[in-house]
Amino acid sequence: MLYLQLFISFFKIGLFGFGGGLAIISLIQMEVEQHGWMTQQEFVDIVAISQVTPGPIGINCATYVGYTATGSVWGSMLTTGAIVLPSLIIMMAVCRIYNWLKRRFQHSPYFVQTLRMMRFTVLGLIASAALMLISPTTFIDSVSWLIFGVVFLLAALPQMTASSVRENPRLGQAVNIASHPILLIVLSAIAGWLIYG
Amino acid sequence: MFLNLFLTYLKIGTFTIGGGYAMLALVQREVVDRQKWIDEEEFLNMIALAQAAPGLIAVNSAIFIGWRIGGWRGMCGAVLGAVLPSFAIILAIAMVFSEWKELPAVEAAFMGIRPAVVALIAAPLIKLATSAVGCKSEQRTTNGEWRNYLPLMVSLVVALTIWLGHVNPVCVIAATIILTLSVLWIRKRIIRRRISKK
Repeated sequence: MLYLQLFISFFKIGLFGFGGGLAIISLIQMEVEQHGWMTQQEFVDIVAISQVTPGPIGINCATYVGYTATGSVWGSMLTTGAIVLPSLIIMMAVCRIYNWLKRRFQHSPYFVQTLRMMRFTVLGLIASAALMLISPTTFIDSVSWLIFGVVFLLAALPQMTASSVRENPRLGQAVNIASHPILLIVLSAIAGWLIYG
Repeated sequence: MFLNLFLTYLKIGTFTIGGGYAMLALVQREVVDRQKWIDEEEFLNMIALAQAAPGLIAVNSAIFIGWRIGGWRGMCGAVLGAVLPSFAIILAIAMVFSEWKELPAVEAAFMGIRPAVVALIAAPLIKLATSAVGCKSEQRTTNGEWRNYLPLMVSLVVALTIWLGHVNPVCVIAATIILTLSVLWIRKRIIRRRISKK
């Protein structure tokens, strides 16, 4: 029964997970918390681990939840398969009729406008993922907000300095390094260790 | 071909950290520039397709490229190669993480990491919002720039219904698709009626 529920949940996530990794986070979080497969704290930790390990966030979360919920490797194989399966079915169908689809839908207003709307929906999904993760378990005191602010500014640095980077490629390199997720995670880990340890 | 695609994607999957978009740059270098399996134009079409279709972008692109190059076997090889590294690494972490988490040093480090993760999720919003607003549809001529910002209300409503309303994101996504299509359909009917009256 647990296996069936896991399969259905992750199949659903794969089927409706538009917009890639960050947009999928809110879908996974909702499913995982509703079924009680993971606490919010565990979920944030696994997102953190996803940021510093290779591979798509969706696969990472699926594998981790599959293992922790069932306690066996089979569980993680099932969830990983379940999140990939909708893609497999849809993309295979798309590949078969690729040329027809391209001719028929490339300039169709329905298709173009719906895709445009999806981009804004994805924005909302990512924002909701961030908002849902702000809670007493993740933000324990004012230092947490300080870390949040610093990391946010550093991570958004490439966008804020875009115009000056164009004139100065070496600055661009420095900005890219300073805003790298791995570096930011490692720095915040050290900060946490120094402050709370 | 199975083995070839499997190994290529295994390499790509092992060295991309941070999700789908980071992966695409490596895929391009490997598949388009080095192996010359598909050309630049088809690759760009593929990215558009992988983003439009539901599911993980990295997996979608692996399926598409694998299928185009090697058919059934190519597809299986590419998908397995793309998924296997992250599967193996996360499985290994999942097996030991519950014990490590008890260590005070690890717990302290994660207290610092958790707010940082929220920031890392939120930071790309700025870039995504500007590019989404900047992407104008073909039909609409830009009279009054403020109209381009109107769809941001959709993002706001989506975020609030999920965050405060605890509505399942799956329902919200389905609702946006249905609403967009029906608004377009109604608008088309109105325009058609106006034309026929004249």
